[in-house]
Amino acid sequence: MAIIDPRHAAKQLIYERIFRAATLAAALLVLLILGGVTVSLAGGAWPALRHFGFSFVSREIWNPVTDEYGALAPIYGTLVTSLIAMLLAVPTGFGIALFLTELCPPLLKRPIGVAVELLAAVPSIIFGIWGLFVLAPVLQRYVQPWLIAHIGALPLIGNLFKGPPFGIGILTAGVVLAIMVLPFIAATMRDVFDTVPPMLKESGYGLGATTWEVIWNVVVPHSRVGIVGGVMLGLGRALGETMAVTFVIGNAHRISSSLLAPGTTISSSIANEFTEAVGDLYTSSLIALGLLLFLITFTVIAAAQALLRRLERQGSAAI
Amino acid sequence: MKRRAVRKAKNAAFLSLSLVATMTGLACLGAILWTLLSHGLAAMSWRLFSQMTPPPGGQGGLLNAIYGSAVMTLFGILIGSPIGVLAGTYLAEYGRSSRLSTVIRFINDVLLSAPSIIIGLFVYEIVVVHMGHFSALAGCLALAILAIPVTLRTTEDMLNLVPVGMKDSSAALGAYPWRTTISVLYPAARSGIVTGLLLAIARISGETAPLLFTALNNQFWSTKLNAPMANLPVVIFQFALSPYKDWQDLAWAGALIITLTILLLSISARVILAMLQAERGSGR
Repeated sequence: MAIIDPRHAAKQLIYERIFRAATLAAALLVLLILGGVTVSLAGGAWPALRHFGFSFVSREIWNPVTDEYGALAPIYGTLVTSLIAMLLAVPTGFGIALFLTELCPPLLKRPIGVAVELLAAVPSIIFGIWGLFVLAPVLQRYVQPWLIAHIGALPLIGNLFKGPPFGIGILTAGVVLAIMVLPFIAATMRDVFDTVPPMLKESGYGLGATTWEVIWNVVVPHSRVGIVGGVMLGLGRALGETMAVTFVIGNAHRISSSLLAPGTTISSSIANEFTEAVGDLYTSSLIALGLLLFLITFTVIAAAQALLRRLERQGSAAI
Repeated sequence: MKRRAVRKAKNAAFLSLSLVATMTGLACLGAILWTLLSHGLAAMSWRLFSQMTPPPGGQGGLLNAIYGSAVMTLFGILIGSPIGVLAGTYLAEYGRSSRLSTVIRFINDVLLSAPSIIIGLFVYEIVVVHMGHFSALAGCLALAILAIPVTLRTTEDMLNLVPVGMKDSSAALGAYPWRTTISVLYPAARSGIVTGLLLAIARISGETAPLLFTALNNQFWSTKLNAPMANLPVVIFQFALSPYKDWQDLAWAGALIITLTILLLSISARVILAMLQAERGSGR
């Protein structure tokens, strides 16, 4: 029988308290980081927000010479490039997830899944340099002239595809973003599809449904929440993506009706101009842009997480 | 009968579309790797690893940038991962289902996908503004903040995978939770935690945006942590957008080095995880 040494026990208790406090402190640091980001961005943005008031988000002007700044063009660029990215990436990601869960031969399932995940690991600057030197020339030479010739002539929608084919611009940035967020959307959707109980799918097949009918009428309704969550997660990435966009957007602070024209986004404006910004108001305006981006992405990502969490709880409740 | 044919045709059409989608995704990965290899290999030479980044139009290598990236990634991990591991331990062992833990988990997942340029701005505000100049130290801090959510997430997941019986046996021997955690849980979850570290290294070693206004860049050899330091991502950014052929070649070589490193790290992380799963499967 072991005899408990009271001094040893007391020491153990002290170690326990220290360890527990250390883990708690580390966990609280996560909250502190988020709080710190909010406070420091708000503090840095304050001079610009006070000077321009609400007109900061409603004006297109961005002029370092006269020290006048408005965020409308970057906001527009951010939203439009992300929209293009989602229009392209959501159906493609859906297709990949569908292929991986329903069609793929078991032998290929893992390699293709890993390949898609590796695409997600490629750093954004690589997408940027690739977009600038490979994708942009291809779009300029082949895709954009076709768009201008065929869709540019149509009424209304044609306005989106007018002007010279620059190669770089809003559309190219959207395409690069689409490729970047594709793996996130595909991987989330695949994981969600995998949670559909096989019994449900088998019942569909038992009724004589085709594979597509089972997917559209059983798998999709069952995983609706997860699909939306995955799409929002991808959207959060697209909105905040910096380097890939900075290479191909053209960095022009104006809103053009054509998608082929150069533009700017919030993150690329910051990346391009921050280190060169002279004057407090200029720097503060860029930080205010950062604050806007933070608020937008925080909302989108938080909503996505909330949806995915709800799904997890549903999933564990069903089991 | 006609209805059936229509249904079958629709089925075939959508399934082919999903095949096309998968091909597109794989083609993108292939195209990117192909471009990197063809441009990067052409620019590979020993000079890359033995000379400093050159002035415009001159010849040179990437030695200072490779060194800077390695140093900042190392310090980023050294600062960030202990915090992530400890916080993950709190969530898995002490907090579990408390309200605080739920909030922290949520915030951590938000930070995991928050734009990294925001973290760069944050570190600029709290470090660079107060120091009065750009520094490698600020870069390390920015990378550390990015490493925390990744390690936290994997640590918590991996600790949760350790069989409860092991924890209970340790507690039955009279060990306090801290002893159990350090002597039983960490060794049991070791490979999982290492995977988290590899993923975190992969994540931060390619980050560019948070370094732009923290570490900035440095054309020369510098080992001082309180001065600007060269690093591969920012060098790639500056050189790729320059009009000089020599600089662009260096950018491609740097891009190839970074991508290969990161793919290697991600693949090893996956291999470790797969081995871990195989072990668990055969253990039962």
